[in-house]
Amino acid sequence: MTNQNKQAQPLLEVQDLKKYFPIKRGFFKQVVGHVKAVDNLSLYIMEGETLGLVGESGCGKTTAGRSIMRAITPTSGKVFFQDPHLGRIDVAQLDDRQLMHVRRSMRMIFQDPYASLNPRMTILDIVGAPLRALGLLKGKALEDRVAEILELVGLRPEYMRRYPHAFSGGQRQRIGVARALAPNPSFIVCDEPVSALDVSVQAQILNLLQDLQAKLGLTYLFVAHDMSVVAHICNRVAVMYVGKAVEMAPTRELFVAPKHPYTEALMSAIPLADPRPRQKRVLLSGEVANPAAPPSGCYFHPRCTYCVDACKTQEPEFREIEPGHFVKCHRADELKLSGVSEILEH
Amino acid sequence: MPDNLLEIRNLRTYFHLAEGTVRAVDGVDLDIKRRKTLGIVGESGCGKSMMSLSILRLVPVPGKIVSGEILYYRTVQQDNGSSQSNVIDIAKLHPNSNEMRDIRGNQISMVFQEPMTAMSPILTIGRQITEAIILHQKVSKAEAREIAIDMLAKVRMPKPERTIDDYPFQLSGGMRQRAVIAMGLCCKPQMLIADEPTTALDVTTEAQILNLMRDLQQEFGMAILYITHNLGVIAEMAEEVAVMYMGKVVEQSDVRSIFYNPLHPYTQALLKSIPQLKDVLTKYDEKRRLQTIKGMVPDPYHHLKGCPFHPRCPEMISGVCDTVEPRVIQMDEGHIVRCHLYDKDRA
Repeated sequence: MTNQNKQAQPLLEVQDLKKYFPIKRGFFKQVVGHVKAVDNLSLYIMEGETLGLVGESGCGKTTAGRSIMRAITPTSGKVFFQDPHLGRIDVAQLDDRQLMHVRRSMRMIFQDPYASLNPRMTILDIVGAPLRALGLLKGKALEDRVAEILELVGLRPEYMRRYPHAFSGGQRQRIGVARALAPNPSFIVCDEPVSALDVSVQAQILNLLQDLQAKLGLTYLFVAHDMSVVAHICNRVAVMYVGKAVEMAPTRELFVAPKHPYTEALMSAIPLADPRPRQKRVLLSGEVANPAAPPSGCYFHPRCTYCVDACKTQEPEFREIEPGHFVKCHRADELKLSGVSEILEH
Repeated sequence: MPDNLLEIRNLRTYFHLAEGTVRAVDGVDLDIKRRKTLGIVGESGCGKSMMSLSILRLVPVPGKIVSGEILYYRTVQQDNGSSQSNVIDIAKLHPNSNEMRDIRGNQISMVFQEPMTAMSPILTIGRQITEAIILHQKVSKAEAREIAIDMLAKVRMPKPERTIDDYPFQLSGGMRQRAVIAMGLCCKPQMLIADEPTTALDVTTEAQILNLMRDLQQEFGMAILYITHNLGVIAEMAEEVAVMYMGKVVEQSDVRSIFYNPLHPYTQALLKSIPQLKDVLTKYDEKRRLQTIKGMVPDPYHHLKGCPFHPRCPEMISGVCDTVEPRVIQMDEGHIVRCHLYDKDRA
């Protein structure tokens, strides 16, 4: 386990991050509303740890990952990053030139290994692209570095002149990892890196990510929707619902004693590779709320089985209920929710 | 009435391409029982989708069923209330024949993986659902619409009389999949082929859809062929499971034996490679690694001698597994495995 003490500086600290997309209508493209994709998200990631970011599709987890990276510019909020070259900086405020330097240390791995590699570029070009774009290496030195990285992710360096079509899904994902690692980063946003892969390949990539973390001291923000994968790889987990973090806790605590009804429902929906019938199952009814027109009070209240009157009108605070365990629910103290032990109990 | 609804015997679906022959389905034997769910698991490229398309005779060109039988026990309701069944070999029918068209979409229907690509974006869902009803039943347009609304209500679509006039893009992923399921069920089929119907959905929506399919199966008494790569979903849905690898069924059994007593090294390896939720309770502080299957699924053009799994198998017996193709071995009742390890009189 990585250290839980608050003394150590977090590598990344996100404060009240917002990303609103305007909805434009009519001939004059007037702004008639906003999709609040990420709304007041706050979280921190310690050095060397893996923070999982989970939630249903459309909850804003990918937008959050991209806003943190400044792949898209957030509407407001602060993203403090401890850069090994530049020191502690607010990524949300940087200009283009400074941003380029940060790109060395903050990298990203994408979901679909078929869509994220340019089919007209060789592996050497793909993996070498960040090095060339950042002006770090060229010529023979670049080739050597690419060979070194390919070996690190378990690919044969001789294949560097081949094109992506010659590789399988798992190998392509390794190429994606190699491209992220090329400029020697300290922080990587993994956006659903295994959800497009077969189970046996998924296991290989998860092992690779863990090995690389141990070897290179990497820090991951692991965006995923598969709770079993998250339970396996993450030290801490943040759960998002309609643009907001609803719970954040160390993995074991979150899975054993969830404090938010949404977390409970997410866990209870996991299909278990065990044919024994399950007694307890909290099935969510309805659909995810519309981020352009969210419900009043707590966004989760229309689907929540524990909803009381206060939930319909007042928005709960994201508060620290136990050291390191944050939750956004009015009834977090009184509710007794079932975690993994109850789910696995038959 | 015979117990089996569909019997697949030694089915081979090949693709003859310039690069070589791809044996997508290579000698599959399966029985699909009435009112039961048979799960098919396997990684991408193992031939599970091609097998289901073969049943519906929808294999894309240049794919061809080169041999084998698909026996469909069709029940015909008599006027005096009794039912009688006759056997049709689907593999012998012409894909465009009237007989095949009467089976496809009417008696055997399919729910596809991607609800967005399975539906036409330019027609309302009502138009797409009623198409099948008008084609297979002697009803007017207005009656077909009634049936469609009724079916949308059955799949628990909110406000079905309004959503029926919506276009697919106006619906969320879960709703779209409900519409696709309604389309598959509107003719009350004997059998439903579900090809990864929940893969594109979130876990919470997936749980809803799985519950829905189980309830509808009870109500309509249909057989389900459930195809997926997700072992968790299989554990919840299927009564019987067949594990496929490289176009062959390598192990088949009831769902409990597959999970608690897997015999084939491939099944064992698959089960070990998924992260287990229970480990979060016990092995939390250990450095946990997943067990992987070495190598990858071989090139489909390359025909391996012997067992197709032998290059990746941890228990490979050299001189046997890489030369002789394993036979189907009958283990306990209803549990078959295609592996030399269990063959007592192997050469």
